[in-house]
Amino acid sequence: MCETNDNLYQESFTIEGGNFNNAGIVSTSIKSILKKLGIPNDIVRKSAIVSYEAEINVVSYAKQGVVNVTVKPGRVQIEVIDEGPGIPNIELAMQEGYSTADRRIREMGFGAGMGLCNIKNYSDDFHITSEVGKGTHLIMTIQTP
Amino acid sequence: MKLRDVKDILDAEVFIGEDCLDLEVKTAFGADLMSDVLAFAKAGSMLLTGLTNTQVVRTANVLDIAAIILVRGKKPSSDTIELARQLNIPLLSTKYILFETAGRLYEKGIVGCLQKVETNSVRN
Repeated sequence: MCETNDNLYQESFTIEGGNFNNAGIVSTSIKSILKKLGIPNDIVRKSAIVSYEAEINVVSYAKQGVVNVTVKPGRVQIEVIDEGPGIPNIELAMQEGYSTADRRIREMGFGAGMGLCNIKNYSDDFHITSEVGKGTHLIMTIQTP
Repeated sequence: MKLRDVKDILDAEVFIGEDCLDLEVKTAFGADLMSDVLAFAKAGSMLLTGLTNTQVVRTANVLDIAAIILVRGKKPSSDTIELARQLNIPLLSTKYILFETAGRLYEKGIVGCLQKVETNSVRN
């Protein structure tokens, strides 16, 4: 990230993998910050939803992750970079209903193979790259009026 | 109707939100799968669910859900109650099963926050 000049706001958060008690804390913070910045409710809501699903994924599968939230003129960008097992087949992982979730994830009310689909559907632009054994990198962009 | 009416119709116990019972509610969404809630529930709706952990409150917060109604007599964990207090989200519990909860509310004018899902829908 080197284009900092037009950033109206930027902040980074850390997510601890495996800490199910804290799952959602980062998204709750992001929501409250975006709201305070005066961003319209529907944009805040979409940003919070994609952050939350991504956060659940990091907690569920990765060792740790970083979330970078950037507000630029015309858009909110949320980048989630994790250190984890990575996704061997992204096309398969993007299929609604495909899941590798265990019991703990399902007990939280997730793990039905909808997370990445929800992220994609609520983002105006969505990029995912992953390297097996290294981690996954998501970039979600929500356009603002 | 007001949340107070919902409380009466469902003979519900109020864990958080005694001071929010004048809140106006019109729609609801019911599910135990939080990803479904995230996919379909609309802002300002009530969430009817049997899931009682903190993720219910996190999900409700993310979506601007008006109130959480736990069904089948489920009791929230102390963590869930505390988080609902912090995030100021009304949290109620009814002994009615999900079907009865939905039916009793629908009969009195509460409708689904959407009727049908669209195939390949773009959600917002």
